[in-house]
Amino acid sequence: MSKTAALRIALVGNPNSGKTALFNRLTGSRQKVANYAGVTVERKEGWFTGPSGRRVRVLDLPGTYSLEPTTPDEAVARDVCRGMHPDEARPDLLVCVVDATNLRLHLRFALEVRALGRPMIVALNMVDAARRRGIEVDADRLAIELGVPVVETVAIARDGAARLIAELDRHPLPEPSDVATPTDLHAEVRRLLATTVTTRAGAPALDAALDRWLLHPWLGWLVLAATMFLVFQAVFSWAAPLQEALDALVGRLGDWIAATLPEGRLASLLVDGVLAGAGTVLTFLPQILLLFLFILALEESGYLPRAAFLLDRVMTAAGLTGRSFIPLLSSFACAIPGIMATRTIQDPRDRLVTILVAPLMTCSARLPVYALLIAAFIPRRQLAFGIELQGLVLFALYVAGIASALAVSAIAKRWRRRAQPSMLLMELPSYRLPHPRDLAIGLWDRASLFVRRVGGVIVAMTVLLWFLASFPAPPPGATEPAIHHSAAGWLGRALEPLVAPLGFDWKIAIALVPGLAAREVAVAALGTVYALSGDAAAVESSLVGIVAGEWSLATGLSLLVFYVYAPMCLSTLAVIRRETGGWRHVIVAAGYLFALAYLASLLTFQLASRLE
Amino acid sequence: MRRLNELGPGESATVVGVDDVTARDAIAGRLRDLGFVAGEPIQLVTRGPFGGEPLLVAIGGTRFALRVGEAARVRVESACRP
Ligand SMILES: Nc1nc2c(ncn2[C@@H]2O[C@H](COP(=O)(O)OP(=O)(O)O)[C@@H](O)[C@H]2O)c(=O)[nH]1
Repeated sequence: MSKTAALRIALVGNPNSGKTALFNRLTGSRQKVANYAGVTVERKEGWFTGPSGRRVRVLDLPGTYSLEPTTPDEAVARDVCRGMHPDEARPDLLVCVVDATNLRLHLRFALEVRALGRPMIVALNMVDAARRRGIEVDADRLAIELGVPVVETVAIARDGAARLIAELDRHPLPEPSDVATPTDLHAEVRRLLATTVTTRAGAPALDAALDRWLLHPWLGWLVLAATMFLVFQAVFSWAAPLQEALDALVGRLGDWIAATLPEGRLASLLVDGVLAGAGTVLTFLPQILLLFLFILALEESGYLPRAAFLLDRVMTAAGLTGRSFIPLLSSFACAIPGIMATRTIQDPRDRLVTILVAPLMTCSARLPVYALLIAAFIPRRQLAFGIELQGLVLFALYVAGIASALAVSAIAKRWRRRAQPSMLLMELPSYRLPHPRDLAIGLWDRASLFVRRVGGVIVAMTVLLWFLASFPAPPPGATEPAIHHSAAGWLGRALEPLVAPLGFDWKIAIALVPGLAAREVAVAALGTVYALSGDAAAVESSLVGIVAGEWSLATGLSLLVFYVYAPMCLSTLAVIRRETGGWRHVIVAAGYLFALAYLASLLTFQLASRLE
Repeated sequence: MRRLNELGPGESATVVGVDDVTARDAIAGRLRDLGFVAGEPIQLVTRGPFGGEPLLVAIGGTRFALRVGEAARVRVESACRP
């Protein structure tokens, strides 16, 4: 009986209850992340097999404070719990995850869930942290009072979910509670706390002490700036050795293919098309992973809401909200998850402005472009205090994106008045040491998403470009390189007058076109263009060398600035369309970004070429 | 009767209630859900770096960041003041 139909359970709970950690503990790597149709709420499902052979499918619902929703995320959680979601069968059982150190808040929600009258188990999570703080919870007594099973869990410990798994493996399932839920939930919570919890500690001393420094009026800012600066220095300098190793590997693979296959079209397609495309981008993976890792660690540690606290006033002045900080920070990895994260902003106007400026945050896809141009044009030099010039320039590019975003949102604020004051109302969770296992799983999720994109779009685009750049073949006796006569060469020259004032030649113009699909393709495309147009010497030296040799500094700077603004990412535009439900804001976003890109590049090139 | 945003840094008080500013006030509703209910001890821990906003409030072992407008919905009663 247990083999045939899997048990379907859903994890519900307040944000910061350790739900994600528990989900990871239960399902390990057996997870699938997707979206609910229509709304862009993440749907996370995983599965495991209990000791008796019962298969359990686990749905991780978005964290929510109440079944009275204020965001689309919370609405999905409510609908699924009630069995009213159109695309989700009603779960057989709800596991309500509560934080043992924060029962006053979390038990109220558990009572709300209990009132639904569904079979339910309470996972009393973080009992380890509670014990350390001198909080003893009588789980058996709580189970009697609630009328549902209560199991202790420590989501971050090996075997920390053993009791929960055992409970889920029992036959038959627990019945819904027959205890009536009083209307005053807070009074009931107080009663439960009084009867089942022995020490009720206030805010832990560690939080208070850390907050005193980290939220200090100016020390807090200093720490925030230093943290961000450290992240960007690290992304640029720690990833270097790995990158060089990957680069060498890709180069060796190319040599091997060239030596093994007979010289001709096929070898050229593989080496100059596929490998130049996928390989060039793959070598930037270490940087992107490092950035993801830092964001994840900051998220897990509880520091991100503190940063939002510090920035709220500045961001409201600029027409955003403190809550915009987290979506915007995610946009540093990729604008797509960033734009999706704006769902936590309740105010529609704040949300729209955040979506519109999210593409200005320097996403990881720009890193390959920046990395290439910085390596080519900015000397590797140590400045004072161990600060590295290349890292400093990278930092400046990030700052330029942020400053522009603030300026744009300040203008947007004048454009559209808000209907009602927006809401901050944000929990500042306890500080926690990020747990390696959860970091690893989070990193894996994001990395595999990125690699899938490399695998699909980017290789397709570079291969397409290879065809455009190789055909039609040059007429016999032609003196110019083959690409000059190809379709791509023709296209590039057609675009040249448009981009010449920015200092771009026809080869750059070619690379910009496939770069529309995704920014990092531009680097791969440049690799393809130069590989196909080059003399032997140029092919042998790296792309960095070619770029440094062929372009003027003004062109390099101009292209850097172009990429600060350019709306060169179709997937981002597609997400904006989905999130805003129409083309209007897609056109607004693409239009203003392109205009900014063109103007800023024009200014940069004209100034830099005068000064040179 | 005072309001939460009128407390000084470090000052403690007891919640009296949350006022609805508009009909079906979502902010007030959420405040109540988060435990801003009568009789609950509350402390204004600190204020944000610019213009004293947002406010950092500790209530029942949880810390929340509130804007002034949100805090003004919460009526409080001073605990024994020095
Ligand atoms: N000490 C301890 N920390 C935990 C436990 N479960 C989760 N955490 C930590 O609590 C933080 C929040 O957990 P997370 O799963 O992201 O919470 P969510 O918001 O409910 O998904 C993370 O830093 C976890 O590592 C636990 O049982 N014990």
